[in-house]
Amino acid sequence: MAEVRLEGVHKLFGSVVAVEDFNLSIGSSEFVVFVGPSGCGKSTTLRMLAGLEDVTSGSISIDGRAVNNVHPKDRDIAMVFQNYALYPHLNVFDNISFGLRAKRLPKDEIAKRTNEAAEILGLGDLLKRRPGELSGGQKQRVAMGRAIVRKPKVFLFDEPLSNLDAKLRHKMRAEMKILHQRVQTTTVYVTHDQVEAMTLADRIVIMNEGHIEQVGTPDEVYKHPASQFVASFIGSPAMNFATGRIEASGKTMSLRTDSGTSLDLAGCGVAEGTMVQLGFRPEHMELADTAKPARGHVSIAGSITVVEPMGHETVLTCDAGFGEIVGKYEGERRFQPGETVKFHIRADRLHYFDLKTGLRI
Amino acid sequence: MSDLNATMARLERARPGKVILWTLLFLGGVVMITPIVFMASTSFKTGQEVFELSVIPDRPTLENYVFILQESKFMRWMLNSLWVATFSTASVLFFDSLVGYTLAKFDFRGRQIVFIAILSTLMIPTEMLIIPWYMMSRSFGWIDTYWGIAFPGLMTGFGTFLMRQFFMSLPDELIEAARIDGWSEFAIWWRIAMPLVIPALSALAIFHFLGNWTAFIWPLIVTNDPDIYTIPVGIASFNGEFQMDWEIVMTASCLATLPTLLVFLLLQKFIIRGIMLAGLKG
Repeated sequence: MAEVRLEGVHKLFGSVVAVEDFNLSIGSSEFVVFVGPSGCGKSTTLRMLAGLEDVTSGSISIDGRAVNNVHPKDRDIAMVFQNYALYPHLNVFDNISFGLRAKRLPKDEIAKRTNEAAEILGLGDLLKRRPGELSGGQKQRVAMGRAIVRKPKVFLFDEPLSNLDAKLRHKMRAEMKILHQRVQTTTVYVTHDQVEAMTLADRIVIMNEGHIEQVGTPDEVYKHPASQFVASFIGSPAMNFATGRIEASGKTMSLRTDSGTSLDLAGCGVAEGTMVQLGFRPEHMELADTAKPARGHVSIAGSITVVEPMGHETVLTCDAGFGEIVGKYEGERRFQPGETVKFHIRADRLHYFDLKTGLRI
Repeated sequence: MSDLNATMARLERARPGKVILWTLLFLGGVVMITPIVFMASTSFKTGQEVFELSVIPDRPTLENYVFILQESKFMRWMLNSLWVATFSTASVLFFDSLVGYTLAKFDFRGRQIVFIAILSTLMIPTEMLIIPWYMMSRSFGWIDTYWGIAFPGLMTGFGTFLMRQFFMSLPDELIEAARIDGWSEFAIWWRIAMPLVIPALSALAIFHFLGNWTAFIWPLIVTNDPDIYTIPVGIASFNGEFQMDWEIVMTASCLATLPTLLVFLLLQKFIIRGIMLAGLKG
């Protein structure tokens, strides 16, 4: 258990900026997830933390000790790789205990700790098997065993679940959470899957093009996205957006969209004339029978283009005039493409982003 | 009846293309095997019978074998060859894979230049190197020593290239994982990388060992003392001394072939895989 600090960290590959001015302080026992699209610099940051990449400028410290020039093996970290990186010629026991052997621990100590780790992960019966004889989930567990057996100060996970199928991924996610609750080791976890990020993290770091877009708890980044990028990245289906100018007529505010349609906005606090992107989540759109919304609500109508029944809910893709929007409906009603539907959205669930900077207004 | 039907069916399946292929393979086999059969048969012939084309000798004799094993230094040459080839092969496996690994897995300034320089040694024929090698050997006093015979083959461009290609196919994560696990770079090479390229190592070992076992020109030049001769040089020495006693030369050749034949029979699977690997990668 240790604190991890990254201060003003930059990474250049030649003239390409991979990570830019990265500042983050990770608390002891905290589970922090770096999330972002491919090439956003999240894995590079993790690799710098591991010591597998040099830091171009800035400083990284683990447990109060600057580690910029410290070899990976002396950083007291353990890492789980995307493809597990199990040694194919060694059996499960040797794979797990490989790091302990490097430390030249006594044999009985190695056996004790390896068996303990295997027990925690339910690998007791597989110790004599080689990685080639294991399933994806088992390999994943061995990789985790190799990390926990060393009792490091920090765990680093680089997209560890991305090679598993959806069902197994869900199961391993839960196991990972239980494991963290049990060992309480500071964890940095990289993924491009926002569901993984939301479910596992104490705090999420959303990255884009080498810089941090937002750091916050899953609740914060979902409810108060700091930028249009964060808003579009977190949530599934993704947030809907309408681009336009805020107009005022008397006390009524409205959004004049690029396509010319006008949306009445109840209680909007954005200055008149501002060019904005208005965002609203599919799960916050309530299907309504009347065009006139209740007090404090905004109404949007659209013609259904795609109906996706999911069993417990139906996802409706509609043409709203200013663009395509996606709404969710939980109920028994059946829909047909071409049908016109109206949604009401609570005004306090609307998000406004500056069109130029993308930042939340 | 069913046997007959099966045979008929098999004959019907035999396409003309296959017939031609099998015939060519058979002819190729004959061309390869005939000299070996003659070598073996001549080793049991007497001096008078050598130039007769019969495969089975009229008066088979073991005298040639007795002569070779008792009167010549054949066993000594065998041991010399074994020692030189083993030592050289061990050296090649160690150094070529170490250099190949470094070139494949470490990023350093000038890496490409070093690699191209090593690769370019493949394009220099041995005959061109013999004079500098000889001058070196004379200056260092390596004439008539095992070291003198072995030193040009202690590291090879081909082996380095082969091993580099194989190490390149190892995922970097394995090496990084071992690095985080706390092993030194040398230990990672030895404990992780080497066990994973055993097929390439065995191919390299077989090729290099056989190449050394049959090497002739350089050992001939660097040795004058019959006690240091390797087998091919020793066999050639029968020519001058005994006015082309072919039955003796053939007997010695037979004996010299035996270990390699044995190795081939034991390691057939590896050798074929090795040829395929070298063909694909080398």
